[in-house]
Amino acid sequence: MSEERKKLVEVEKLRKYFPVKAGFLKTNYVQAVQDVSLHIYKGETLGLVGESGCGKTTFGRTLLQLYTPTSGKIVYDGKTIFDGEKGIHENMHPYRRKMQLIFQDPSASLDPRMTVGEIIGEALDIHKLYQGKKERQDRINELLTQVGLNSEHSNRFPHEFSGGQQQRVGIARALAVEPEFIVCDEPISALDVSIQSQVVNMLEDLQEQIGLTYLFIAHDLSVVRHISNRIGVMYLGCLVELAESYELCAHPIHPYAQTLLSAVPMADPVKTRSRHRILLEGDIPSPLNPPSGCRFHTRCPYATEKCSQQMPELKEYSPGHYAACHMLDKQ
Amino acid sequence: MSENLLEVKDLKVSFFTPAGEVKAVDGISYSIKENEVMGIVGESGSGKSVEAYSIMGLLQQPGKVVGGSITFDGEDVLSYNKEQYREFRGQKAGMIFQNPMTCLNPVYTIGDQLMEALRCHDKSISKQEAKKRAIEMLELVGINNADKRVDQYPHEFSGGMRQRAMIAMAMICHPRLLIADEPTTALDVTIQAQILELMKDLQKKTGMAIIFITHNLGVVAEICDRVSVMYAGHIMEQGNVNDIFYSPAHPYTKGLLRSMPNLGDEERTRLIPIEGTPVDLLDPPKGCSFGPRCEHCMKVCLTKKPPLMEVGEGHISACWLHVKEMQEQQKAAKEEKA
Repeated sequence: MSEERKKLVEVEKLRKYFPVKAGFLKTNYVQAVQDVSLHIYKGETLGLVGESGCGKTTFGRTLLQLYTPTSGKIVYDGKTIFDGEKGIHENMHPYRRKMQLIFQDPSASLDPRMTVGEIIGEALDIHKLYQGKKERQDRINELLTQVGLNSEHSNRFPHEFSGGQQQRVGIARALAVEPEFIVCDEPISALDVSIQSQVVNMLEDLQEQIGLTYLFIAHDLSVVRHISNRIGVMYLGCLVELAESYELCAHPIHPYAQTLLSAVPMADPVKTRSRHRILLEGDIPSPLNPPSGCRFHTRCPYATEKCSQQMPELKEYSPGHYAACHMLDKQ
Repeated sequence: MSENLLEVKDLKVSFFTPAGEVKAVDGISYSIKENEVMGIVGESGSGKSVEAYSIMGLLQQPGKVVGGSITFDGEDVLSYNKEQYREFRGQKAGMIFQNPMTCLNPVYTIGDQLMEALRCHDKSISKQEAKKRAIEMLELVGINNADKRVDQYPHEFSGGMRQRAMIAMAMICHPRLLIADEPTTALDVTIQAQILELMKDLQKKTGMAIIFITHNLGVVAEICDRVSVMYAGHIMEQGNVNDIFYSPAHPYTKGLLRSMPNLGDEERTRLIPIEGTPVDLLDPPKGCSFGPRCEHCMKVCLTKKPPLMEVGEGHISACWLHVKEMQEQQKAAKEEKA
């Protein structure tokens, strides 16, 4: 079935640099996303994991053109919406209806002075998705029910809700315009453990009901593995490995992915204490001045001279399993 | 069996807010021995940090200990005056906080802050000697180039290194008890792994007791010997780490374990969430605080608090189900006799 699956989003060599003033007439760049290429099939969930500062959030936002990409190409549903070389830069307004975003911190992403009804209604207003006042209110109520709240909640303010409920409002707002594709940027990291699974289940249900496609960004590998069909691992702006989620967690081939997996604590005292753990030396380097060659070589236990000179490319090592590492070429 | 280093008995802490009394910690008891790591797990608002703050005497207005006792090495901690508390903090018990950036003073060097902790408790120590000890301590917590690093400021350290510096500071006077309040929550997983290894290592070397407060069950499985599960100011279940993870007795613990995806699982199964929302502490339920969210909720759960029952060796749990089970067992035994 993989042959016929439709690609909804295709990204080629997407790059995003942020300028930083370094002195008079001198500008340095934070290389947040470095030539990331991937595609997302219609109806699937692609997970993106990595440590803080690896560029996963920036990638998600650049994909939605909330940041203008520095270079690269973004194709949505067969239509190029950005191409750095050809200078294509589509007006995003019609696409905003199709691509939405759920934020990490629900209390910070909801306007404290608007009621929940106004917050959700605003999206409807912008895209003029209703005929009359009654239809607007009906739609708001329908959305609230869809995310497990009820219609009387629409007159309340965000601070009257708990964190989990606020996140539900954020999801209802994203769903208001009937999108096809949602970028979930750490939607559950700010929530309590017992609430996280409620939201995860709801996202899964919505996907089944409306056929949504997700880009699920998170740092918690066990949740990402649960919700995603495929997972991409990022390190310092680069995509280092991409595979089916269970394949990736069972047989990671990139040294960084291996380290990341072995560092995740498991809720199983015997297993977690007996397994072999790869400990990395030092911290993640600054994206202002990333290492030459493979960006992981400064911390990689297998690094050779080639790694410090040449950046490895993402290659397919087994069907659907991509990785970027020189070491794998030799084998 | 050694003596208990710290004993907390029926501790009650309340916050007197304009909206009413919030019982953040409502009668918890536990003890910890030397060389033991006790994990305290709970969601936000379960009172796990408040309880630690009250041991250290760091509770702020409008918080107040309203009942119970805390005994450290035979001494009653709650009766300490300011001077005694000062001596207690740092020298006998150290504390690590969640966010190292807000706990380190940005205008002093790391070395100054380490030396301050040392010289506070031992006035006779010379500056050179203190600095030497500070460098040794930084080396012990795995900071390279410690002799250069000691003169740097917190902003020159990365997140993981700051947390290491915090650990060094908490341990420089060789306390017998270390309270770690979510020490790895703000860190990335690979850094978290480093810090956990470090803490395990230090614990083995020094034999101190650690109270490890976290909401991450994975971290608990990794480092703790015993675990207390807290919910809305009460201890729901307490036992050895294996008991808690492999044979949990309380519905809340069971629910928590079931609602989390685990990297060790072989297949994808649907998560079973705990329904409902966390307790509003201003208006807590009358009976069992977990009652309204519990799938086994009975009539008695809504009206009376369940007692802590022993369900195994050193394994206690507060649930009416255990009472019911016991009654049924007794009944069955009686019938057998008859």
